[in-house]
Amino acid sequence: MKSMKKIVAIVLAALLVVAVFAGCSKKDGGETTTATTAKAEDTTTIPADFKVGFIFLHDENSTYDLNFINAAKEACKELGIADENIIMKTGIDESNACYDTAMDLVDQGCKFIFADSFGHEPFMIQAAKEATDVQFFHATGTKAHTEKLPNYHNAFASIYEGRYLAGIAAGMKLNELKDAGKLKGETAKMGYVGAFPYAEVKSGYTSFFLGAKSVCPEVTMEVTFTNSWYDEAAEKDAANNLIARKCDLISQHADSMGAPTACENAGIPNVSYNGSTVEACPNTFIVSSKINWAPYMKLAITNTVAGKTTEADWTGTLETESVQLTEINEKAAAKGTQEAIDAAKAELIAGTRHVYDVKNFTVTVDKDKNVNAKVDDKGNLTSYTADVDDMGDFKGDTEVVKDGYFHESEFRSAPYFDIDIDGITIL
Amino acid sequence: MQNEKKVREPLFHIAKRPAIAWHKAWGIRALSILAALIFAGIVAMALTGENPLAIYATMIKGCFSSERRIWMLLQTLVMLLCVSLAVTPAFKMHFWNIGAEGQVLIGGLATAACMIYFGDKLPPWLLIIVMVICSMAAGAIWALIPAIFKAKFNTNETLFTLMMNYVGIQLVSYFVIVWENPKGSGHVGVINQVSQAGWLPTIGNQKYMLSVIVVLALTVFMYIYLKYSKHGYELTVVGESENTARYIGVNVNKVIIRTMLLSGAICGIAGLLLVGGTDHTISTTTAGGRGFTAIMVSWLAKFNPLYMIATSFLLAFFERGASEISTIFHLDQAFSDIISGIILFFIIGSEFFINYQIKFTKPAKEVK
Repeated sequence: MKSMKKIVAIVLAALLVVAVFAGCSKKDGGETTTATTAKAEDTTTIPADFKVGFIFLHDENSTYDLNFINAAKEACKELGIADENIIMKTGIDESNACYDTAMDLVDQGCKFIFADSFGHEPFMIQAAKEATDVQFFHATGTKAHTEKLPNYHNAFASIYEGRYLAGIAAGMKLNELKDAGKLKGETAKMGYVGAFPYAEVKSGYTSFFLGAKSVCPEVTMEVTFTNSWYDEAAEKDAANNLIARKCDLISQHADSMGAPTACENAGIPNVSYNGSTVEACPNTFIVSSKINWAPYMKLAITNTVAGKTTEADWTGTLETESVQLTEINEKAAAKGTQEAIDAAKAELIAGTRHVYDVKNFTVTVDKDKNVNAKVDDKGNLTSYTADVDDMGDFKGDTEVVKDGYFHESEFRSAPYFDIDIDGITIL
Repeated sequence: MQNEKKVREPLFHIAKRPAIAWHKAWGIRALSILAALIFAGIVAMALTGENPLAIYATMIKGCFSSERRIWMLLQTLVMLLCVSLAVTPAFKMHFWNIGAEGQVLIGGLATAACMIYFGDKLPPWLLIIVMVICSMAAGAIWALIPAIFKAKFNTNETLFTLMMNYVGIQLVSYFVIVWENPKGSGHVGVINQVSQAGWLPTIGNQKYMLSVIVVLALTVFMYIYLKYSKHGYELTVVGESENTARYIGVNVNKVIIRTMLLSGAICGIAGLLLVGGTDHTISTTTAGGRGFTAIMVSWLAKFNPLYMIATSFLLAFFERGASEISTIFHLDQAFSDIISGIILFFIIGSEFFINYQIKFTKPAKEVK
C-alpha cells in the first residue's frame, strides 16, 4: 500500500510541480521587493564561508513551504550568500528527525538554522540547548519568550492585518454580486476551509471575516476544518461542501491547491493564502494575503553574522513588508477593490483603524464557549485573558483587550486570538 | 479469425528453475544490486547533470561523513530491522501479517498514554516497566485480533491485518486530538519535556545506543527462536503444510495465535523505542511506513534474521543517501522515493530470475 501511495504521490507531485509553478510564477509581479528592513545589511558583509541551514516540513508542492523556500532563496540572494553555503532540507517531520537534521546542519558548519513548521519547535529548542554557538530561528512558534535561550528565536507576522485587507476584497465582491442579484441566498455568505481549530487559524478567519464585514455588514461565514495542513482531497471536498451550502465566496487556510481548484471548477470567487493562484484559477482568484519571510530571514542572518542579538519573539508587519497582498486579479475582483484596500492599509499602518476593534464584532459568552472573555450588555468585548505564555496549561494569563481593541501579535508574535465571534458558524 | 489461429511458438517461455546453488542465487542478487546502483546513478545523472561517481560519493558521504550521520544511519537501520524481525515469524508461518504499521503505532500509542497519564504518578523506573509491558501488550493485542479470526473462522489475514492498520491510524489521530498541545493544533508536542518522565535512558551519552542494543538482542533471539526452538520448528511446519502439522500433533490454532502474539509484541517494542526512546511524541506518521518496508526486508532476507541486517542496511543506506543527494543537488523529497523504488524493483526482479528461468525457443525462421 505504501509503495502504491508512493507511486501515486510521485505522479501527483509531478503534476503539482507544474501546477504550482504555473500558479505562482508571477506572484511577486506587483510587489516591490526592495528591502526596507534589515538595515544592518549595508554595514555587515557576509563572510564567504558563512553557512545557512533551512528545515522545511514539506517541499515546494506545499504552498506553505514554497512560500518559505522562495523567501529563503530571495534573502540569501540579496545577502550574496553563495549556493554552496545554503543547505535546504525538505520533508523533515515534526519528530526527532527535526532535531537530527538541525544537529547535522550544525555539524556541517551552519551558524544560522531556520525551521518553518509549528511542530518543529521542541526539537529546535533541544538542538539550541546543545549547540550554543549556533543561532536557531523558528517560524510560528510560541516558546522562545518563555524558554529565554540566547540562541533560540520565534517569529511571526501580523498576518491578521493582511487577512483583513483580503477580507475587504471579499466583501467588495459580495457587494458586487448582491447588486447584480447573483447572491445564492438572501444575504451574502462566505465559506472558509481551515486546517486546525486553534489560534493561528481562528485569528486568520476572524480577521478575514471582519475585513469583509467592514464593507458588507450583513455577511455571515461558515467554517470547516480538515484537521490536516495538507490534504488536497479533503480541502477540495470541504470547499465543494461549502459551495453546496450556498456560500458565495470561499477562502482557505490550508496548504494545498484543493480549495482554489474547487472554486475554479465551480466558478465561485476565491480569496487565497500563501501566494497567488491566478495561473491555476484565472477566473475566480481575487487576491491572496501572504507572509513574506524574506525581511525576517535577512535580519536574522545579518544579526547572526554581526553577533547582534535578535529579539526572542519578532513580529513582522505591513510596514516591514512581512505582511503582503498579491496583485489583484482584475478579472474576478470588484471595481474599486485596490483603492479600498489601499485606504484601509494606510489606516492600519497609521493606527487609526484596528482589525479587532471591539465595536466591530460581538461575542457570546457561556459556560463552555469563550470562557476567557468578558463582554458588556451589547456583546462587545471588554476583557480577554489569552494564553500567551503557552506553558501547556491552556489557561489565560495576559489581558489583551485595552484601548478599545484586542491586541493581537503584540504580547508574542504567534497569534492568540481564539474567540468564536458572532456571525461565524463552525460546521 | 478462427482460421488464422495457428500454432505459433512464442519467442521464449518461462519455466520454474530447479533449486539453484546458493552461490549462484547470491550472485544474481549481487548483480541485481549492482544493476540497481547503475540504473539509480543514471536516473540521478539525468536529473542532476552530475557524473555518477559524484552521486555515489554523495550517497556515501550522506551516510558516513560524520559520527552523527553514522548513528542516524544505524538508527534508521535498526528501527527497520526491528519491525522486520517482528513480521518474520508470521511470514515464516505463511501468515501474511501486513499489519505491522498499525501494531507499531498502537505500541507507540500505549507508550505515549503511559507517559501522559502516569508521568507524574509513578517513579521513573516503574513507569518505564509499565511502558514496556503496555506497549508490548498493545502491539500483541493488535496482532491477536486477526490471529483469532484466522484460527477460529479462517478469515483472510492479509485483508484483516491491513484493515487493522487503518483502525490504528484513526485511533492515533483521535488521541492526538485528545492530547494536543496547544488545543486545536493537531500536535501532541514533546511529552513530559521538562520532567522527561518516561523517556527511555540514554546509554553512553548516545541517544540511539539503546535501540541498537535492543534490536541486536532481538535479532539474536529471533535467529535462535526460529532455528533452534520447538516453537520455531512448529511454526515452520505450519507454514509448509497445516495438514502435516496436524498429523504430527501440532496444535495449529495455538501456533498461529502464539506466533502472532510474538509478532505484535515486537512491533510494540518498536513503537516503544520510537515514542519513548527518540521522538517523545506521537503522530500518525510515527511508524513512518516501516511496517510496509519491513515486508520487503524480511522477504529479501529469506526470513533469516541475520541476513536481515544486510537487507535493512541496504534500504537504510539508500534512504539516507538519496536524502543527501536531494539536498546537495536541490531535488525534492520525491527523489529518495524514486531511488528506493528502483532498488526494490531490481531486487524483487532478481528473485524472479532465481526462481524462474527464461527459455528461448529453439531457432525459428522469423527470429528478428
